[in-house]
Amino acid sequence: MNRLTTLFQQKTANVLNVYFTAGFPGLNDTVPILRALQDSGADLVEIGMPYSDPVADGETIQRSNQQALENGMTVAKLFEQLHGIREQGITVPILLMGYLNPVVQFGIEKFCQQCQAVGVDGIILPDLPLTVYEREYQPLFAQYGLKVVFLVTPQTSAARVRQLDALADGFIYLVAAAGTTGAQTDMNADVDAYLSRTKALDLRNPTLVGFGISDAASFAAASRHTTGAIIGSAFIRLLQQAPAAQRATVIQEFVAGIRP
Amino acid sequence: MTATAPSPYHVDAAGYYGPFGGAYVPEMLYPNVEELRDNYLRITEDPTFQHDFQQLLTDYVGRPTPLFFAQRLSEHIGTTIYLKREDLCHTGAHKINNTIGQILVAQRLGKKRIVAETGAGQHGVATATVCALMGLECIIYMGAIDMERQKPNVDRMRMLGAKVMPAKSGSQTLKDATNEAMRHWISHPTDTHYIIGSVVGPHPYPDMVARFQSVISAEMIRQLLHQTGRAIPDFLLACVGGGSNAAGAFYHYLDEPSVRLIAAEAAGQGVDTGHSAATTALGKPGILHGASTILMQTEDGQVTEPYSISAGLDYPGIGPQHAQLFATGRAEFMSITDKQALDAAFQLSRLEGIIPALETAHALACLPLIGAKKDDVVVVCLSGRGDKDLATYTKHLEEYS
Repeated sequence: MNRLTTLFQQKTANVLNVYFTAGFPGLNDTVPILRALQDSGADLVEIGMPYSDPVADGETIQRSNQQALENGMTVAKLFEQLHGIREQGITVPILLMGYLNPVVQFGIEKFCQQCQAVGVDGIILPDLPLTVYEREYQPLFAQYGLKVVFLVTPQTSAARVRQLDALADGFIYLVAAAGTTGAQTDMNADVDAYLSRTKALDLRNPTLVGFGISDAASFAAASRHTTGAIIGSAFIRLLQQAPAAQRATVIQEFVAGIRP
Repeated sequence: MTATAPSPYHVDAAGYYGPFGGAYVPEMLYPNVEELRDNYLRITEDPTFQHDFQQLLTDYVGRPTPLFFAQRLSEHIGTTIYLKREDLCHTGAHKINNTIGQILVAQRLGKKRIVAETGAGQHGVATATVCALMGLECIIYMGAIDMERQKPNVDRMRMLGAKVMPAKSGSQTLKDATNEAMRHWISHPTDTHYIIGSVVGPHPYPDMVARFQSVISAEMIRQLLHQTGRAIPDFLLACVGGGSNAAGAFYHYLDEPSVRLIAAEAAGQGVDTGHSAATTALGKPGILHGASTILMQTEDGQVTEPYSISAGLDYPGIGPQHAQLFATGRAEFMSITDKQALDAAFQLSRLEGIIPALETAHALACLPLIGAKKDDVVVVCLSGRGDKDLATYTKHLEEYS
């Protein structure tokens, strides 16, 4: 069974998803960071495919994208790096997140084949329109056993949330507040009201909150009404600062500190 | 001009031009784009909107702009050349046709703040101008490199009360300014309207901007008829970065196959030099800034950093409608180098006493290349004036003395 599906069957609260950019800080750091996250107890891992024009991302993730591209990261290279990980003890569910153009240029069917071959469980493509998904992508994702995740924001109408929930089969990614990734989201009453409003919709998919989640306090606040939360920019900043030799230890401490 | 079948060159009900167009935006922008999509035709086709729009175009922008018979240039090239004088619009370029339209849309949507991107600064100035006119807050993103090479326009925007924000990511030019403006819009989804400056971006922007710019060809038809006795030219030339002046100049001629539409792209130092912005020569289908279009990119789908002497053409994509005009062969795309553009700018200055913008000079540079005969009627969309480019022109003065 799909690892993502299994995870959410077994765990319905405090799920921690950690995002990092493939090929960052060094080109070949992708798999070691993935392994360190698994060893630290992250429930799932979201690997970002770097893009030259990531409009939904703030400065931290933009810079990691740029550095990864300068390191020589490509979609093809990522699949090379992920080749064989499932035979080498990586069991954590893996999502690939990226903007549409590099995936389209790689070839969408080839992309899905490769995902299945290396053991990717789900996909997030924020700029993929729902109509295009239904028409062209849904049959391919289903054929290759890939779950899809859609974003929802505080401005998304209830009717559209239901539409997205009906089409998603991984989870619903709740964007905490209007803004790009890495913005300092104040987990205030507005965010709480939005999350509890969404909970009341009784969606069929699990919900994870992202954007501005950086530490134990924001994780706990975000997880109160949801299945869990996603940490991205804060983890990228950690990778920027940690000396390579101590990276595994620093990751261990960071992940442990999110759910004390 | 009243085709019964739907035109293959205009937007369809789903927001596409053939395979190009659409709205490839992250969910954070979906409500904004949806609001615009569901309302832009209702708003812009409303008689009171049309009244306000036409009145401002007349009394504020100074329309209609003249169609000028360029006698000396015509003799020099060996054909019959008319210049559509968009450079005489208030603020010095066609850009204000669009910003007047969009500010009226923004008001009717109840928006309080305007965000925009700018390359050469012409769209930034046109946006800052209409924001001052209507009393709305104005934030302009401009590539840090462009801020340096188009300093007079930065000063004009500030004079008009706009806040100019340098875009420091990527190549620090128009593409990156557009990314930053979109990020700002994502962060201020309810009270802000994004005035895109060209026929790019997610549907309905390309169609909305083309409609506002279509006044250019609407006037051209009347003026040509009056001056030449025929409404239809043999050739119609315009430069294309994103392509808004070309979209407006071509608009009412798209379904008139006898008009040869010529789009001038910036070849920079040369199409094969690696320092170019000639999108159709170097690009392939891809997705950028919310639309499927033709795009300069690496094999891996990363957007290439373009180069042109002209900041307004320094963009790695083109509007989706232009992608369709290229793919169907309806328009011919020519690549014009920096040098050819400079030659054309000095030529027009000295033959007609008109200093064109560097962007516009790319369209003028096509004149000797299109094979127009003496009696052929050739219209060039003179999209902007060259005051903003004086620093660049001055560097080359000696070569042309």
